[in-house]
Amino acid sequence: MMFGSIVACKKDTRPNYQFMPNMYEPVGYETYGESEMFPNDAVALLPAEGSIPRGYTPFDIANDIDGFNLAKETLTNPLDSTQIDTPRAKELYDIYCGICHGNLGNGQGNLVKREKILGVPSYDDAGRAITAGSTYHTIYYGKNAMGSYANQLNEEERWQVVAYVLKLKSDLEK
Amino acid sequence: MKKSYQSLEDNSTNNMKQVIYRKITSKILYLGFIVLLTFSATLNAQEGDPAKGKTLFNTNCAACHQLDKKMTGPALRNIEQRLLDEQGLDRAWLDAWIRNSAGMIKSGDAYANQIFNEYNQTAMTAFPTLSDQDISDILAYTAAEAPAPPTPGPDVVVSTAATGDDSSNKLILGALALLFALLAIGLILVRQTLTRFAQEKGIEVATADKTIPIWKAFAQNQFLVLVTSIFFLLASGYFVYGYFMQIGVDQGYQPVQPIHFSHKIHAGDNGIDCKYCHSSARVSKTSGIPSLNVCMNCHKSIYEYNGETTAEYDKAFYDGEIQKLYAAAGWSDADQAYTGDAQPVKWVRIHNLPDFAYFNHSQHVSVAGVQCQTCHGPVETMEEVYQFSPLTMGWCISCHRETEVNVQGNAYYEKIHEQLSKKYGVDKLTAAQMGGLECGKCHY
Repeated sequence: MMFGSIVACKKDTRPNYQFMPNMYEPVGYETYGESEMFPNDAVALLPAEGSIPRGYTPFDIANDIDGFNLAKETLTNPLDSTQIDTPRAKELYDIYCGICHGNLGNGQGNLVKREKILGVPSYDDAGRAITAGSTYHTIYYGKNAMGSYANQLNEEERWQVVAYVLKLKSDLEK
Repeated sequence: MKKSYQSLEDNSTNNMKQVIYRKITSKILYLGFIVLLTFSATLNAQEGDPAKGKTLFNTNCAACHQLDKKMTGPALRNIEQRLLDEQGLDRAWLDAWIRNSAGMIKSGDAYANQIFNEYNQTAMTAFPTLSDQDISDILAYTAAEAPAPPTPGPDVVVSTAATGDDSSNKLILGALALLFALLAIGLILVRQTLTRFAQEKGIEVATADKTIPIWKAFAQNQFLVLVTSIFFLLASGYFVYGYFMQIGVDQGYQPVQPIHFSHKIHAGDNGIDCKYCHSSARVSKTSGIPSLNVCMNCHKSIYEYNGETTAEYDKAFYDGEIQKLYAAAGWSDADQAYTGDAQPVKWVRIHNLPDFAYFNHSQHVSVAGVQCQTCHGPVETMEEVYQFSPLTMGWCISCHRETEVNVQGNAYYEKIHEQLSKKYGVDKLTAAQMGGLECGKCHY
């Protein structure tokens, strides 16, 4: 009963007591933490304007219909056939794209089947006639109802996914 | 009796034969009729089939259009009639626009250019493959009446059932209490009558001899006192130990989050992969709290909740939570555009290791291939997330001792895996045998 009463004191909506909090709590600021030296105490901030991550290659094509058409016609996959890692590309595709576009690329992902998101085209759609460049542009900026996936996939991963999308397209066209 | 039954049966079989023949002739008639109908339909190409139209609409149009709501493109309810009434544009214009909108814009059609500029110069994909009949089907679907808002029938039923249950429970409890009270009164009355009888008959009720009270006897027996005090000391020691051991362990911690995000709906019902939102778990130390643009990837088009609801969380509640997301992301659903007035969401962190322990997600998720659920429990069934595992050192170590490392196809480490296997004399290496118990791996 005594144990029960002690346990009952612990509430699930607040964290438990700690023995020596100064060994638990970080001295420096942590990811997603709070620190007084930042505006609104939020550590999670946007990088300073104009800063470039290490190994960054700029993507010059603009986010509009002209840029899309330019990418569609001129942009090609910088990875050659030896650099394309199909199992990893499939894994990435199934996580980020398959939920709407379907794991076969036919536009019948789980969210489409459950009628949450509609109008997802199949990759072999003749009116769209996707190319490597247009697929990359779409992943980078998003298109229509689709959002950008540039923050979930890095440049190399995006090209891996592009290669996999084109593989699915050719499988569908068979 | 039996005979008449038999004769009835015979009769029916005879009839059956006749029916079969009759059916064949009527079938031919029907077939001809259907052929006629289909021909007339293709010739006219005006009478669309709304059911077919719905499928076509969902596959081709719904990416940008909804029936009653502006999205990337305009709302399409009754579009054929509206175009005719408001702009004086007929079906031929619509056909041309659907098949090649870009061409019409280039040709300088006034309304085509107006609508193109109104929607931020987003070009509509050309659909040259849609036949006249397909377009008729789609237009028939858009011309269908808007469904009436559903009546809140089932909710009312549920609530009345619940209250009915409640009140009946109270009724039963009240009746029980009354019964016990009556019993007690009855017993007291019986005792009173019995003593009265005894007094009347002059019987002396025997009283017990005075003995030492039991607690005094207990206190005088030193051995018993010793044993009980040792027992109490041990017992309290056990409970105090138990209490101190759970300090700093947050198992079951379930804070209230600023936006009620249901992992059950997203990861469970809709089957979205954990790494879709927590994408940095693949590549970095933290699993990553998804930024709101990840939410908006889907919630640009999902503006209301249509799944199953409970008494506690109804549709209005979930819709309200989506509105909270829109407010935080600065998304105006009416204009389908960002207002630029975004508010950061202050999520409450649940899983938190003390500063002196190092943990890296990518090492476990990408390298070891551990499932998220191994540590985080059945998140896909949690309406509100709680901490499933104790996250104590003993818990880490027991997993490191038990988990066999997948060394298949890892050519780079083949040699060291072979040597380690020989050293420990085992076929399969555990994480612990590869150095997963060294202090410096996690504490430095």
